[in-house]
Amino acid sequence: MYCTRIFYGASAIALALVFMSQTGKSSIARGKDVYSQQCVACHQADGMGVEDTNPSLVKTKYVLGDKAALVRIILKGMQGVTIDDERYRNVMAPHVDLTDQQIADVLTYVRNSFGNKASVVTAAEVKAIRARTK
Amino acid sequence: MNQLINKSTTMPRKALHLALGLCMTGLFACNGGGNKGEPSADSTKTAQSSAVDSTIKLPSGFTAATIAEDLGKARHIVVAPNGVIFVKLGNSKNGKNGIVRLQDTNGDGKPDQTTSFGDYGGTGIAIKNGYLYASSDEDVYRYKLDSNFNVTNPDNPEKIISGLLNRHEHESKSIALDNDGNIYVNIGAYSNACQLEDRKKGSPAQKPCKILDSAGGIWQFKADKPDQTYGTGVHYATGLRNVVGLDWNTATNSLFVMQHGRDQLHDLFPDMYDTKQSAELPAECMYELHKGSNCGWPYIYYDQVQHKKIQAPEYGGDGKKEGGKDAQDPVVAFPGHMAPNGLLFYTGNQFPDKYKNGAFVAFHGSWNRAPEPQKGFFVAFVPFNNGKPSGDWEVFADNFSGSPENTAAAKADHRPCGLAQGPDGSLYVTDDTKGYVWKISYKK
Repeated sequence: MYCTRIFYGASAIALALVFMSQTGKSSIARGKDVYSQQCVACHQADGMGVEDTNPSLVKTKYVLGDKAALVRIILKGMQGVTIDDERYRNVMAPHVDLTDQQIADVLTYVRNSFGNKASVVTAAEVKAIRARTK
Repeated sequence: MNQLINKSTTMPRKALHLALGLCMTGLFACNGGGNKGEPSADSTKTAQSSAVDSTIKLPSGFTAATIAEDLGKARHIVVAPNGVIFVKLGNSKNGKNGIVRLQDTNGDGKPDQTTSFGDYGGTGIAIKNGYLYASSDEDVYRYKLDSNFNVTNPDNPEKIISGLLNRHEHESKSIALDNDGNIYVNIGAYSNACQLEDRKKGSPAQKPCKILDSAGGIWQFKADKPDQTYGTGVHYATGLRNVVGLDWNTATNSLFVMQHGRDQLHDLFPDMYDTKQSAELPAECMYELHKGSNCGWPYIYYDQVQHKKIQAPEYGGDGKKEGGKDAQDPVVAFPGHMAPNGLLFYTGNQFPDKYKNGAFVAFHGSWNRAPEPQKGFFVAFVPFNNGKPSGDWEVFADNFSGSPENTAAAKADHRPCGLAQGPDGSLYVTDDTKGYVWKISYKK
């Protein structure tokens, strides 16, 4: 009886996880972990970045726009970008060592946090973009 | 220690005394150098125009008056002996306002005449021997000044130094002049820690660090010679990651600089440094330089907690191993990442005795302390005696960010950048976020 309850409970959690991954929610949770490890130092906890130095991630065309361009920024890094007439100078290193899943998760998190709302990024999409990116 | 000052009548009276004093000396033109300069007819309006800014927190007896707003990215500042102010802007909009000249023609303590020139952004600005010097991120120019500190050749400055490295990281070229005809220019390293791939976790260091051949130090040039570049300059000091604040100390007859220390110890070496250590380390260091000085970047950094030069992790360090036997020690070590952008040795007579010959440091404010709270956005003071610090540093002018919450989140209303001393011994502070200029005065 007790074991059965555990079995049902575990099944429910497993089902929930599948459901969450389809809707992007668990990806967001994992993406938040990646963000706090890889991104927060420059882009800050609120995604607002730092004036003149590190770009804001809040409602910019880079974040909300073309997913392939966004994935390529993670893979190739970036320096010296003008967003909404503001120039940002700091160097963003390439993060090519992140897995397809980590990149998908962190971008899904960023595109759905700090007031942003945009479609999820999947590991399959990242894999395809990485293959095309030299 | 610091308290809020709100004496709204102090500034105008002081300014009036200053204006009268200047007239009586007969040294300076009171009519604003031939420009329209009738005495103020409306003293009520005058009293309101140079209002005390009570958001800036200062020690007892000091007041800060906002004398300019919305100038743009107000970087470094210099005040001429007649009170005329020049501010270097970080970018030049419309191709002709890289330098702003501010003059108070009616003696109310607040500039009422603004002119601008210079088709380049930059940081450095200085006055020496009848010339105004200003820097872009690649070149240094000078302009001839007349006796009223008007620029005589605003559109045709003499280019004295050109072709300095600008790779869009630590690219500002701050300047200082000595009393022997030399000008010193910072050329910042286009790198955080001289890795093969800048700021990339796991990327090894350059061994040796080639960046130091053409950057990461101070170069000395002649103040009066046109068309100088690397080949004609003297590689004066090395091992400095990036210097923005620097000043010639006339008490020691030597150059003092503030280094921006390296970033990202935790990001790049999470196994060696936790986020708290990474927020505090390394120190933001003040160095006294002489020809041949080496301050150790990128091979070492200064740890202000252990009071030691520590081998950088990119070069075999582990957070404890000492290094840099050939590198000099800092004169003062401040907490990490606060970004010292302005340095000024105070030689005036207006402030109390303890400030004489001491150093003011403008901290622009940190970003590289996340996820820990950010820090800075203030002007610090270090007392000096016989050319050495004679006490601990302290916060002098605080709350430029607007609130402790703004400071913690690096969402500052203002960021202190440049410092200058006025002819009456007042201290000027610029802000490159909203383009404010404050004049800090003392009254017993």
